[in-house]
Amino acid sequence: MSDIATSQPDGDAGRKKGRRISISFATGIVILIVSLILAFFPSAFAPYDPNVFDYNAILQAPSSAHLFGTDNFGRDMFSRVIHAYTLDMQIAVFATIVPAIVGTLIGAFVGYVGGITESVFGRIVDATITFPFLVLVIAIVSVLGPGLINMYIAVGIIDWVFYGRLTLGEIKVQKRLDYAAAGQVMGYRPSRIIFRHLLPNSMTPALVYWMTDMALCILLGSSLGYLGLGAQPPAAEWGVLIADGKNFMTSAWWISVFPGIAIVITGLGFSLLGDGITELLRTK
Amino acid sequence: MASLSFILRRILQMIPTILFILVVTFVLVRLLPGDPATVMLGDRGREADIARINAQLGLDKPLVVQFLYFIANVFSGNLGNSIALRVPVTTLLVERLPVTLLLTGMAAAIAVIFSVPLGFWAALRQNRASDTIIRGTFQVGLSMPVFYVGLLLLIFFGAHLHWFPIGGYGHGFGDHLYHLFLPAVTLALSLSAVLMRNLRSAILNVIDAEYVDFARSKGLRGYVILVRHVLRNAVISTVTLFGLQVGVLLGGAVITETVFAIPGAGRLMIDSIYGRDYPVIQGLTISLAIVVSLIFLATDLLQAWLDPRIMR
Repeated sequence: MSDIATSQPDGDAGRKKGRRISISFATGIVILIVSLILAFFPSAFAPYDPNVFDYNAILQAPSSAHLFGTDNFGRDMFSRVIHAYTLDMQIAVFATIVPAIVGTLIGAFVGYVGGITESVFGRIVDATITFPFLVLVIAIVSVLGPGLINMYIAVGIIDWVFYGRLTLGEIKVQKRLDYAAAGQVMGYRPSRIIFRHLLPNSMTPALVYWMTDMALCILLGSSLGYLGLGAQPPAAEWGVLIADGKNFMTSAWWISVFPGIAIVITGLGFSLLGDGITELLRTK
Repeated sequence: MASLSFILRRILQMIPTILFILVVTFVLVRLLPGDPATVMLGDRGREADIARINAQLGLDKPLVVQFLYFIANVFSGNLGNSIALRVPVTTLLVERLPVTLLLTGMAAAIAVIFSVPLGFWAALRQNRASDTIIRGTFQVGLSMPVFYVGLLLLIFFGAHLHWFPIGGYGHGFGDHLYHLFLPAVTLALSLSAVLMRNLRSAILNVIDAEYVDFARSKGLRGYVILVRHVLRNAVISTVTLFGLQVGVLLGGAVITETVFAIPGAGRLMIDSIYGRDYPVIQGLTISLAIVVSLIFLATDLLQAWLDPRIMR
């Protein structure tokens, strides 16, 4: 245990390297660019139509003709996984964009006003995090009915709270600094102080969380898809694809395994990007 | 005495939270499509029968009255009857909830057993190969959906190697533990990733603190410093995070129980959603939220014990 002394953070060396983009950050960027290209132009990369049945090629193992094998209807799994990028990337963005913006704005407002507004908000936060997120989303989706739109609504009802809480904390720090006071002295309206001055300096935590949140929403979307509460078959969505293959897990493992790998890689891309942004802003 | 008033204050704080939980669940369930009477009788139900059942359930009264009845019922332990299974919801909860609690408890234990030593190891070997490997592995674990991990483990250790049963709950406590092992590992994976990551950075923050230098200069031995000074302070934020993650864990349990066919509360929840069994969904949501707020209470108290300054 004597290496405590030697295990100091490598201060200088780390700082010099700080300006360079780390390998993991670069990996995250590459993964996301590739994912976006696949999401926008799946047909350019998928060799087959993802929804066409081919009864001459049922449950075939991965081969050069079918890279990821085929399912019980003879559909090419590689094409289905590629086409699922469209839906799953869409889930990542659509589910999070509204709560991210609304939550950040509310957090900024509450943080600036403070007082009773802040304690009311605090209670809302307490109560929201008391519900298991997934249980609440499932409960809301069960009320509204299965499907992606209802999943977005369910996520939105809950998710803004997290952005609000992150921004609130940051705004409270920023508004005590001199430049905020200077803005007030100069007679700027609160909206100008919040939007032009405080918010740009307080958005980092929310921005980083947005990356994590998109990864979480891909996991959530595929989980609901797997349970039959999210995207509905025959739509190609990774969770739905995995559910399709679960009855063939012993005989045709490839149906479920490859879509899962796509989820892992995409999720990893978002987390690496989030970590990279944090690192970049810290060393600046 | 300071500690006693802190505990009391903290318990009082739960009251508005629990009230909010009740309001949300009440509103949520009233929004359910299709009225329960129609669900109970099917499409063939006659108008008169539907009206009779609505009256029985108190659904013909104004919302406010319904809500007061609801509160009174909840506090007397009456959560209504399951529409599909025709037994009191409380009976179902008593039967199913312990299964889920055992599963999540096992998962939490496995996660702590894994993440604490690995978090330490990674922090002390910062940026070396073993740190990078540990962090990389957990990063991948964090990006894996629970149901996918479950399926993979099920296929490999269950169907392929026959080391573990491929689902179910078994009979007797030992058999339960055996049946729940794979599901618990499934659930533990992402939790241990989160905890490990947090503990690692917390240790790195603490290890440079002056009091650690002081302890070292006093000539305290390495492990004494690590356990008494570094771990005790580093673990505080990890305890908070653990509390916050319990909700995630219970959500994961819903999925895990579906994958492994475990007759717990999560499985019941999914079945009830398909069957539109609204009293059960309501009872489950309430009880799971109350479990989470109790865990919050426990982690807050644990935190205060670790760092008495919090009590002020």
